[in-house]
Amino acid sequence: MNSREITTQISEAADSLNLKKWDYGASFSNDYSVQVDKGEAKQLKASQKQILTIRVWNQSNLVGITTTSDISDSGIKKALKQANIASDFGNKNESTEFSPLAKEPIKVNECKKRNPVGIKKLLTLLREAEVKLMESHEAIKSVPYNGLSESFFERVYANSDGAFRSYSKSQAVLYLYARAKEKNNKPRSSGSVKLGYGVDDIDIESCISEASNKTISHLNYSSIKTDKYLICFSPESFLTIINAFSSMFNARSILDGVSLSNKNSIGEKLSTEALNIYDDGLHEKNISSSPFDGEGTPTKRLCLVKRGKIDNFIHSESTARIFKTIPTGHAGLGSKVSVSTDWIVVEKSKEKYDLKTSLDHNSYEGEFVYIEELNAIHAGVRASQGSFSLPFDGWLYKNGKKISIESATVAGDIKYLLKNIVNIESTQEITTSGISPHIWVDELSITGDA
Amino acid sequence: MLSSQIKSNEIVFGSCNKDLLEEIIFYGIGLGADFVEIFIENADNSNVLAEEDFITSVSPSFGKGAGIRIFKDKKDGFVSTNDLTKHGLMRSVSQAIEMLDITDNKKRAVFHGLNKHRDYSLSKRKWINQVPSIHEISEKLLFSTKSLKKNNKIITRKGSYSRNLQEVIIASSDGTYVTDIRLHQTVGLNVIASEAQYRSSGSRRFGSSGMPDEFRLWDHEKAANDVFESSMNMLYADYVDAGQMPVVLANKFGGVIFHEACGHLLETTQIERGTTPFDKKLNEKIAHESVTAIDEGISEGSFGSLSVDDEGMEPEKSVLIKDGILKKFISDRAGELRTGHKRTGSGRRQNYSFAAASRMRNTYIAKGDYSKEDLINSISDGLYCKSMGGGSVGATGQFNFAVEEGYLIKNGKLTSPVKGATLIGEAKEVMPKISMCGNDLELAPGFCGSISGSVNVTVGQPHIKVDSITVGGR
Repeated sequence: MNSREITTQISEAADSLNLKKWDYGASFSNDYSVQVDKGEAKQLKASQKQILTIRVWNQSNLVGITTTSDISDSGIKKALKQANIASDFGNKNESTEFSPLAKEPIKVNECKKRNPVGIKKLLTLLREAEVKLMESHEAIKSVPYNGLSESFFERVYANSDGAFRSYSKSQAVLYLYARAKEKNNKPRSSGSVKLGYGVDDIDIESCISEASNKTISHLNYSSIKTDKYLICFSPESFLTIINAFSSMFNARSILDGVSLSNKNSIGEKLSTEALNIYDDGLHEKNISSSPFDGEGTPTKRLCLVKRGKIDNFIHSESTARIFKTIPTGHAGLGSKVSVSTDWIVVEKSKEKYDLKTSLDHNSYEGEFVYIEELNAIHAGVRASQGSFSLPFDGWLYKNGKKISIESATVAGDIKYLLKNIVNIESTQEITTSGISPHIWVDELSITGDA
Repeated sequence: MLSSQIKSNEIVFGSCNKDLLEEIIFYGIGLGADFVEIFIENADNSNVLAEEDFITSVSPSFGKGAGIRIFKDKKDGFVSTNDLTKHGLMRSVSQAIEMLDITDNKKRAVFHGLNKHRDYSLSKRKWINQVPSIHEISEKLLFSTKSLKKNNKIITRKGSYSRNLQEVIIASSDGTYVTDIRLHQTVGLNVIASEAQYRSSGSRRFGSSGMPDEFRLWDHEKAANDVFESSMNMLYADYVDAGQMPVVLANKFGGVIFHEACGHLLETTQIERGTTPFDKKLNEKIAHESVTAIDEGISEGSFGSLSVDDEGMEPEKSVLIKDGILKKFISDRAGELRTGHKRTGSGRRQNYSFAAASRMRNTYIAKGDYSKEDLINSISDGLYCKSMGGGSVGATGQFNFAVEEGYLIKNGKLTSPVKGATLIGEAKEVMPKISMCGNDLELAPGFCGSISGSVNVTVGQPHIKVDSITVGGR
């Protein structure tokens, strides 16, 4: 059954139950993945999945919802009935409607779908990658976390008002995390992740060399003294921090009282005038891009921070109505519609700014800590309070030498961090979660055990 | 006895599916598989959210699916599908066989049929009618969020409830044929308190397995008082100074330190990967002699308890560490096959779309002889971690977890509250430093995310003292 037929099936079932207003979001996927262990196939996996989320509005215009993997006639009818029952408990204080933009035309780029290469090729490629990575340095003893996968999926949104959107796509992921050990030293681990629309789009060689170089660069390690340091955030680690505190730009979080911002925060100065932050779900480098959100609203580029000040919030249909603006394409379908960022792009503004441009991670000769990757975000971030305390992988640069830091955390407050940005390097780098240059921040606390 | 004996071309829950399942397994063995396992699930879930004084979300969901795993030598192929027809299941078997590149079907494994039927579901079928209705849940959640409204510093109040009812059929070529029903309920309360520039939050979660009345019996007033007090105590707290210091970890969720720091490293998946420092340490001392640690799935009603694991084995009580000596690893079928450690009834998965893996259940440090006061009195300058947040363990065994509610210890007494603390360490180094265990063992529910998805567990311990650990702060 294709997505048009499912829409017809839902429409007919809704008619038979006298349900006049409904919408649904669905995802249909086929995934294939392999893992290897020292040349041997470890686990090979395939899955076929379908998820359907149906919303129903009752006569009082309250919304109920049900999610199911059963798209048979009986499954769809049961889902509609359950959603109708759930609508009795619909939120009377915050109504939900169809997105006014759910029928706006959008352009769907079909070239993002590749053909499957099949499990055997996935296995061959991953085996070869594992061998190459282990041969790249004698200290690399294993690649305990590895995987190569390809997914093919279709996403759909439709409603009883005639909106219908669908796109299909493919995506492939390769990850290689090596473990290295030298005599009398602790094991060290690092890795690399690469995404592509298909397996053939993934640069396997660069994934191997990145995983190898990163792992080896941590072999020579030392503890760090607890103190405040000048920090250089890698593009990846800065994006991790921004994403962890994206509730600052999230209208849903503001309404729920769990954001550091409030309704009047547009225009609030957060950082240096040199800082611009966008959410750009449709960016050509965003492999996971989706042309529309869970409510069918088209995805678009939105400026969140302009010259250091909050410029926009991200919205669903209902938050946009409350804030008297339009939805921004950031909604996730649910009983309570969620709002989240897509793909963060950080850049240095073209306006005048006051930055310490001598701070460049390739050439700066003074003492600083380079944070390559932040870990355990779920444990160490208090988004509603603005604080974080996070373990990281990185290096101490001191007296012209670079040494990997053993077991340390960086702690602080997001507003303090943003206010203390002292340089934004000019070159942006593409990561799996967005784009950012290296960002320098002064005086952040590092805890080590030296 | 099963309710009916229908021969069907599709899996029918509540009926006997023996013939169909045997046909599927014979098909897999005939194609050359060493072992065939079928896990079929019918899930019926509900989530309810109360914010302030309103129900803001009611989310029911239901679905069916199957996960089919084929072993050949030490390799395995896993296929999941929503298609529970004979055709769909056979297609999945074929796909797994093809993935494993099995072409030689001459050396056939032997399958004698599904002759080991165990039905754990009989007494549980009534549960669905005994669990609270959405109306009853909503009412109690609203009472609980109302109970959190104790002063005007509380700016956000939330209560959430989740119910997962899972009916499973597990069949495999060793003759295992199991049917079971699992019920898990959790309820959580969260607040954010604020005054001027100060902010704090508090949260608690409660959970049970197999006890339909548990939510009704939940003391929401007591829970609300606990969460409120925690948020008030932490509202004006200063950031903790970072450094190395002795800590006392509270009982209940304090057990997350053992779960993260050590428990994961005792799962056979970690031996398979070569990422545990405890491989080859069986019967050697890996912890202080005051530490005895247990993982079991049998405590009645505990969040990590189960009648049977997701591979059809009844859970055992595994003494992992006895008086500091490593005694056992947590093992599943693949773990036994690849590492030689006997299965412990710990093969677990989030749902049909994951292959089972060795996972913890109810994991705790056994009680010792000391009172909480004995532990605190023994420290002149340190940290008391009353409430823990989440944590994680890295690929090289380094762990960290957040302290949600902490107090400084000065000269053997609890003093001012502190926030922003993170405990950082490595299992191998911390385990020998757990020098005192209290006599007040208690368990707390949680969710553990790992290779086979998110599974419900309990962590637990009495109050324990760690002689020295790195505390991250400001």
